[in-house]
Amino acid sequence: MANEVCFRTLEYLKQPWELDEYKSRGGYEVLNHILKNKIEPSEVVETMKTSGLRGRGGAGFPTGLKWSFISRNAPGQKYVVCNSDEGEPGTFKDRDILRYNPHQLIEGMVIAGYAIGATVGYNYIRGEFWEEYERFEAALEQARAAGFLGDNLLGSGFDFQLHSHLGGGAYVCGEETALLESIEGKKGQPRFKPPFPAHFGLYGRPTIINNTESLSSVPVILKEGGEWFKELGVENSGGSKLFSISGNIKNPGVFEVPLGTPFSELFKLVGGMKDGHKLKAVVPGGCSSPVIPGEQMMDLTMDYDAIQNAGSMLGSGAIVIIDDQQCMVKLLDRMSYFYHEESCGQCTPCREGTGWLWRVVNRIENGKGRQEDLDLLESVCGKIAGRTVCALGDAAAMPVRGMLKHFQEEFQYHIDHKKCMVGAGPTKGLG
Amino acid sequence: MTDELVTIEVDGRELQAKPGTMLIDVTDAAGINIPRFCYHKKLSVSANCRMCLVEVAKVPKPLPACCTPVNDGMKVSTRSPLALAAQKGTMEFLLINHPLDCPICDQGGECELQDVAVGYGSDISRFSEGKRVVPQRDIGPLIATDFTRCIHCTRCIRFGAEIAGVRELGATGRGEHMTIGTFIEKSVDSEMSGNVIDLCPVGSLTAKPSRYQARAWELTQYSGISAHDSVGSNIHIHTRNNRVVRIHPKENESINEIWLSDRDRFSYEGLNSEDRLTQPMIRKNGEWLKVGWQEALEFAVKGLQSAAGSDGDQLATLVSANSTLEELYLAQKLTRGMESNNIDHRLRQSDFRLDGNDSPIPGLSITISGVESLDAALLIGSNIRKEQPIIAHRLRKAANNGANISLINPLWIDLHFVADQFVSTPAMMVNNLASIAKAAAAKLTGNLAKIVKAAEVSNEAKAVAEQLKSAESGAILLGSQASAHPDYSVLVVLASAIAEATDSSLSYLPAYSNSVGAALAGATPHRGVAGVPIEKSGANAELMQSMPRRAYLLMGAESDFDFWNPSLINAALDQAECVISLTAYRSDSLESRADVMLPIAGFAETSGTFVNAEGTWQSFNGVVKPQGESRPAWKVLRVLGNLLGIDGFDQNSSNDVLEEIKSLTADLTIDNSVSTKTAGEMNSSTKGLCRIGDVPIYASDALVRRAGSLQKTNDAVTASIRLSANQAQKGGFEDHQDIIVIQDNNRTQLPLIIDPRVPDGAVWISSALPGTEMLGGQYGEVILEKA
Repeated sequence: MANEVCFRTLEYLKQPWELDEYKSRGGYEVLNHILKNKIEPSEVVETMKTSGLRGRGGAGFPTGLKWSFISRNAPGQKYVVCNSDEGEPGTFKDRDILRYNPHQLIEGMVIAGYAIGATVGYNYIRGEFWEEYERFEAALEQARAAGFLGDNLLGSGFDFQLHSHLGGGAYVCGEETALLESIEGKKGQPRFKPPFPAHFGLYGRPTIINNTESLSSVPVILKEGGEWFKELGVENSGGSKLFSISGNIKNPGVFEVPLGTPFSELFKLVGGMKDGHKLKAVVPGGCSSPVIPGEQMMDLTMDYDAIQNAGSMLGSGAIVIIDDQQCMVKLLDRMSYFYHEESCGQCTPCREGTGWLWRVVNRIENGKGRQEDLDLLESVCGKIAGRTVCALGDAAAMPVRGMLKHFQEEFQYHIDHKKCMVGAGPTKGLG
Repeated sequence: MTDELVTIEVDGRELQAKPGTMLIDVTDAAGINIPRFCYHKKLSVSANCRMCLVEVAKVPKPLPACCTPVNDGMKVSTRSPLALAAQKGTMEFLLINHPLDCPICDQGGECELQDVAVGYGSDISRFSEGKRVVPQRDIGPLIATDFTRCIHCTRCIRFGAEIAGVRELGATGRGEHMTIGTFIEKSVDSEMSGNVIDLCPVGSLTAKPSRYQARAWELTQYSGISAHDSVGSNIHIHTRNNRVVRIHPKENESINEIWLSDRDRFSYEGLNSEDRLTQPMIRKNGEWLKVGWQEALEFAVKGLQSAAGSDGDQLATLVSANSTLEELYLAQKLTRGMESNNIDHRLRQSDFRLDGNDSPIPGLSITISGVESLDAALLIGSNIRKEQPIIAHRLRKAANNGANISLINPLWIDLHFVADQFVSTPAMMVNNLASIAKAAAAKLTGNLAKIVKAAEVSNEAKAVAEQLKSAESGAILLGSQASAHPDYSVLVVLASAIAEATDSSLSYLPAYSNSVGAALAGATPHRGVAGVPIEKSGANAELMQSMPRRAYLLMGAESDFDFWNPSLINAALDQAECVISLTAYRSDSLESRADVMLPIAGFAETSGTFVNAEGTWQSFNGVVKPQGESRPAWKVLRVLGNLLGIDGFDQNSSNDVLEEIKSLTADLTIDNSVSTKTAGEMNSSTKGLCRIGDVPIYASDALVRRAGSLQKTNDAVTASIRLSANQAQKGGFEDHQDIIVIQDNNRTQLPLIIDPRVPDGAVWISSALPGTEMLGGQYGEVILEKA
């Protein structure tokens, strides 16, 4: 059941990042097939639509639909951009794709370029991923030498150049339009939308921008068929998905399982809690998704609808497991500081609000909280959420609201007793 | 695109708009107020302040009106609970880190944040933490900064990128730490930089020269017209206690839009210079005496009559084209009343060979706003950015829309738009233009036909001719480096022929605020009022100096700095029997040469009219009292006329003078026709090193030369000798070393600066700067020697 898409080569190969080894497991065959047989680009897009693949970066927008927004025959330059700016705290899945399966990403990007008529692609890699960047660069060199990148690919007349671009370490550049600005050499700040990148993207040209995992899934989907992929998962959540699972568990790591897998099964897969720790809560989709209490989580399946119905988001599939010895106030203090630090500063609610949120949480954590602070936090969250240029404002507000919804008593205890309910010390080294 | 309108509903009102228009533009046009900070009608939309959030039916989240396009049937509430909550939420965020130091902030009373906070702010802040503080930054002498007050709207950044064309201000840092600043403590040097003061919605960027001088509500606002370049920018003059405190732009879409050049904005400081002449003075037995008006005027009249009373040709009147239409008219009337046609405003011209065949009323033959719809333009001898910043801004818009712009200049110009530059020695400028004339198959005769025939046609010249020919709207513009050129007549005739051959318009970019008015008023020796030719032409500006007269009447012009060849005019004044100067300023140079100094009202102190480059007449009132005993020049001239017994000097107001001029000039407008196809022999020297003597932007007239803050900017250069590295090496000169320059046997010592903008064979020594007044003409052969 597991490891059928992005990790399909993982257990069979010693060095799956090498071109030869990738090819030995069927790598580049799909691209070869498409180019040799001049498969209609619209057919590729249709298969992607059928697959039900939803954007794996966190927003979950249907990938095939995104591709269909670009008219292949529109004149002028178009671009394919891969978002490997994996910065969401708790997420570390794309890094493993870049490490262990870079050629599948390259193959997926070339196919995407073919589908929309783009001849240039960029892979924007998170600034801290230096080793992954080097490995991806090596893979690019191999692909170029083998004729999978460059002019007139495999004699088809189709050209595709692919470049990687190392980011500067800003979380906000994971937002697709900030990422485009960054590639253009500007300060990484999101653009207001509309227009969307499909109409006004990189250098003002039509652009599709997809997550690393989404693009890496493309060759497998086209090989096995859209229906096959869709059937892997459940209704409205096609395919399998990488989950980055961390916390005080026995076996943290990245796991590929079909969407719709019960959380309890995943929990078994990671070996459960470390000895002496009990499951308290789960952040199911990266730092910005609201926290869900552990017992509720044990009844949920890992798919878009189930998590959304529980009041959170599947997001990027970054599952942070929180045990009973963690203080929720301290945890939120750390999270809120992150958003305060990473806000780009462009729009007012996020620039001013994220700092305010953190300062209030921080004073509660440090025993200086006031009785009105919990209402204040809720009020400030309400003034940020839904009013910013990009989703960073929402991302900053959601974890606060989640914590207040499920763990208000821990915050109230901090305010009332000026100390921690679970006995954790105050946060150090922030601000 | 369809022209059909859609109907939307805003707060229950039905409005019609073009589909795709941004909501805020529609509500603004309808007079519905939506609060905003980052949005500005002249700048791109950035949608970052989130103050203009409104409720749109069927959309769960409030949307920013500045970037929400309207579509049919859209229902908008600007003051629904959702919209108001969003607007108040943003207001609260904006205020948490704002210092609220309104009592000591210059923006107080005219602050957008203050105004909007009254409507959308809360009485008590819920934010009790320490506020953000940003260290002070010095970005130059014109703009005071206090970035602690900044609300990050980025209008100033967008202004630099989109309007000024130079990205001088930017944002560094993320989140709360985002601050506006320049790159590594550089100053902001754009000639349009002051506009960010108006754009800044808070007190983050304020005017440094007027800092702490008045509260906004203490000021009285008057309308006025700028007195420097030929744009005639509309201004608001703000005064307090009979003193000009500051200048703001006054919106006039067809002239300066909402912009103002720094020269127009900050030159008022020169009004309060210590140099102001505040009392009439006469020189008796070599001593300067302060006297009353009566005595001074009688002294002046006696001097004039004894020196030129019997022979009008002995009177020479040299006037600044920054004088008002009324002043220029009366000056020529007085001169002609004394049987003399020796009057000229073209003080920076040396080649007058075209007089008689020249353009009767030279100016812009297109409108100022029309400049931005040009498809092709050829500029000859113009550093347009520094000469006419507003026209340069319009030209930049044209270039950004794809117009092909080319320039023929003796120097590489720092431009803020894409253009092709033909740079050569002054003499070769003629060849470059002849090359284009040949490529355009321009029709010329005589000597010029020969020059054009001999010219080699380069590919670049061919391209320019082609661009002008294929342009729907093409223009050839002559700038002030052209009018100072020793072969100006050649340049004009060639330009005129190219314009004809390419079906382009021919225009002049007059240097001064009233150059066109001076032509209309007849302040030229060969043409009277309305540009009508004079049968027996008087002496032009050059002849009045090279063939010295006994009596000189100067108005608003300083001999060291406002003339083509300062040593020539100074020598002429030195030998004269009687020199009368109507001036707002005294100087050592003037005091050593004049016999009478009559103090006249300066900028903003007198009523009058300027006619701008496109021929628009703009009248204004005096808004502060002339300093001391000084009087409006038109009044001084009127009394002089009366005392001299000349008829027709009985006007009671400047308006009477204006009416008189209007009755003579009727509907006259710009006339750039040139009635010859040939010109004389080349004057330009091709041997030795040729001087290029431009006029730096902040040295252009007496007022700006005394504007203290402008004189501290990087554009306020000091006298120097600039050479290409190649040329410096040939002479064995080293960078930043003092060397000797000799022109017309006059010598002086100035620092050498190696400057890649100077072509080989030329030396760039700006004129109008202290340290250059002993040299010769703006163009001419110079010799350089080691000191």
